[in-house]
Order: sequence, then C-alpha cells, then structure tokens
Amino acid sequence: MSGSFEHPDVVLCPGGPMLLRGQHTVEDPAGVAHETTRPVTAVCRCHKSSSLPWCDGTHKLLPERLRPT
Amino acid sequence: MQIPQPRGPLTDELFGTLRAGSDDFYPVLAAGATDGEDAALALWVLHELHYRGFDEVRDDLEWDPQLVRLRGALERDLEQRLRERFTPPVGLSFVEDFFDWVAEQDGASVAAHVQRDADREQVLELLRSRSIYHLKESDPTAWVVPRLGVRAKAALMELLYDEYGGGDPNRLHHHLFAQGLRASGLAASYGAHIDEVPLEVLEQNNAMSHFGLHRRLRGAALGHLAAFEATSSMPSRRMVQGLERLGFPDEMVAYYAEHVEADAVHEQLAVRTICGGLLAEEPGLEEDLWFGAFTCLDLEDRFARTILQRWGVGEDRKEEVA
Ligand SMILES: [Fe+2]
Ligand SMILES: [Fe+2]
Repeated sequence: MSGSFEHPDVVLCPGGPMLLRGQHTVEDPAGVAHETTRPVTAVCRCHKSSSLPWCDGTHKLLPERLRPT
Repeated sequence: MQIPQPRGPLTDELFGTLRAGSDDFYPVLAAGATDGEDAALALWVLHELHYRGFDEVRDDLEWDPQLVRLRGALERDLEQRLRERFTPPVGLSFVEDFFDWVAEQDGASVAAHVQRDADREQVLELLRSRSIYHLKESDPTAWVVPRLGVRAKAALMELLYDEYGGGDPNRLHHHLFAQGLRASGLAASYGAHIDEVPLEVLEQNNAMSHFGLHRRLRGAALGHLAAFEATSSMPSRRMVQGLERLGFPDEMVAYYAEHVEADAVHEQLAVRTICGGLLAEEPGLEEDLWFGAFTCLDLEDRFARTILQRWGVGEDRKEEVA
C-alpha cells in the first residue's frame, strides 16, 4: 500500500467552486475580508453565488459554458 | 425517548413485549405486519435500539438474537423494495457525471413550495417530519467510518467533523436543528414527533440506518450521502427564504443558512474525495454508490409528493428558478 496520498490545500472543482483547506482570510471584490470557519471551505468561482465569496451551489443552475472550468 | 404509538398488529405485539421487559419475542415473530406502516415503524424502533434506545426498554435488548432476526427480516423486505425501484445508470462515471445525473432526476420539491407559498402550519408540519432525521443528522453515516480504507475514511471524517461542529458543540448540526425547533415552539427532544410522521419519513430513516448498520452496504451509504449533500444547498436557500417570509425565528433560519454553505462544500467532498476515494480502493462498489444515491432521491421524491398532495398543492419541481 502506498504511504503517501495527494491531499492538496487548494482544489479547483471542474464546473464548481475552489475548495480551501484550513483557516484563511478571503477578500471579496469590494475589499471586505471574510474568515473561513470550517475545515474545508468552498469559494465561489462562477460569481453568481448569493453568499459571496462562498459557494452556494448556484453554478449548477448555469449553462455549461458559464460554469468555471 | 418514549416508545411510539403502535400502527398495527406487529408494532402492537412488539412494543408491548419491549415494555414488559421480557425477552421472549416468539409471539412477535409470529405476529407479522399487516401493512407498510406497521412494518416500517417496527423497523424504525428496532434501529433506534442501536442509537439512543427508549426509556422503557432494557438496553441489553439491542443485541437480542430474536430481535436481530426480526430486524433482519424487515430489512430484507425494505432492501428488496428499494432495489426493485433502481436501475443502474449505463455508461456514467460516478465521480465525473454525478452532478449532471442528479440534475436530471427531476423530483418534487417541498423547499420550492416553502419558499413561495407554504403557510406557517405547513412549515411546522414539515419541520416535525424533518426532525426524525435532523435530530440525529449524520449519525447513520458515522457507522460507516470503521469499514473504510484509508482514503475514504480520512475523507469521510473531514466531512463528518464539520457536521459534528468541528469540536464545538454549539455548531453541531443536529443541535442547531434542535435549537431551531425550540425557538419555533416545537418539541425538540429526540424522536418527539415520530407518532405523526408518514410512512415515507419512516422509510427514509430506515434506509439510512440500514445502509449504515451493514458493512456490506457501505457503498450504498456513501452514495446516499453524496446525493443528500448534492441536493441540499439550493433547497436550503429556498427554506431560508420561506422561513424568513413567514417570520420564523433566527435559530431555525440559521440551521438552513448553515446548510447552504456547508453543503456546497460537502457535496464536492462527498463525490470527489469520499466516493472517489472509496472507488479508488474498492472499484467494485460503484453500482452500490448509484443504488444509495438513487434511493436517497427516490425516497425524498416520494416524501415530497405525499406531503404536497396532502396540502393540496401541485408539485413544484426542483429545477424551477424563482
Ligand atoms: Fe448538516
Ligand atoms: Fe452536509
């Protein structure tokens, strides 16, 4: 059995958010800082979330060409 | 928790024997259920012996051989009925195609009705129905942990750690729901509303417990988790809007607001790292992942149809955007 596994701090989900592991401060486009509060946080990449800067799953309602790659 | 009201001859006989403190369950084994509700409630009570038990029932009956045998017979019936409804998707990869597959399963949506049209009484009824699961949220999945390989186990713990509040009891999800119930004027003790929930709610809970309690069904348990998480963020947003529209207290709104953000994370973890990790270690379990996922969506669709029909409203579809 392999002794090491990939476990990145940042994961770009195809068509979806960016996952951030650990504690971070994320600045939104208006310059407001937001602290992460959970072990893994999903940061919106489609810019359509109602909870910016966090993902709220809205990317799933977008046509495929408007989803982040 | 108190033993529920019986719903037929099987639960009548079973609950009477449990209360009497006897361990002679032969008359119960002979009783047999007359209908689905009687069987489902009996199974729900037998499963609960493995969670928190009942005030009036001896703790050692959890592993009574006759009760385990009865539980097994009821579970076999349940699993057979669930499998009969399921057709495995052809040519799809669970990790790559899961979200598209979920989007195509156009089930009825209670949250869409709550968002726009539901009245206060309907929402209170819905919260009481949801309480059967939400007051033990994630507990059935926690049983899966020791049955997994390294990757899937670490991944599942990463998600469960968040469900259980990251070490902070104030953030534990089933505690948040209890606070929301209390603030809404509803009983918040575990199992408090069992006597009024319909068959569909019993079956949703029984399926989760069945998947969680059997190592053989670890794939179905994790597929169920993925579908549950992947159909939570947007409906939770609708719940937030409906609860605010009706003036529900902040505590209840907060439970659903937490799930908008948490489950946008959890759905990615569930599909990619948990189910993806499981498949890397046990590729033969892909069909079970689909079975669990389908069962989750199918049971929620049946629940939504039942409750919407009883309220006399047409079916809102989850894909409608307000
Ligand atoms: Fe949760
Ligand atoms: Fe979750």
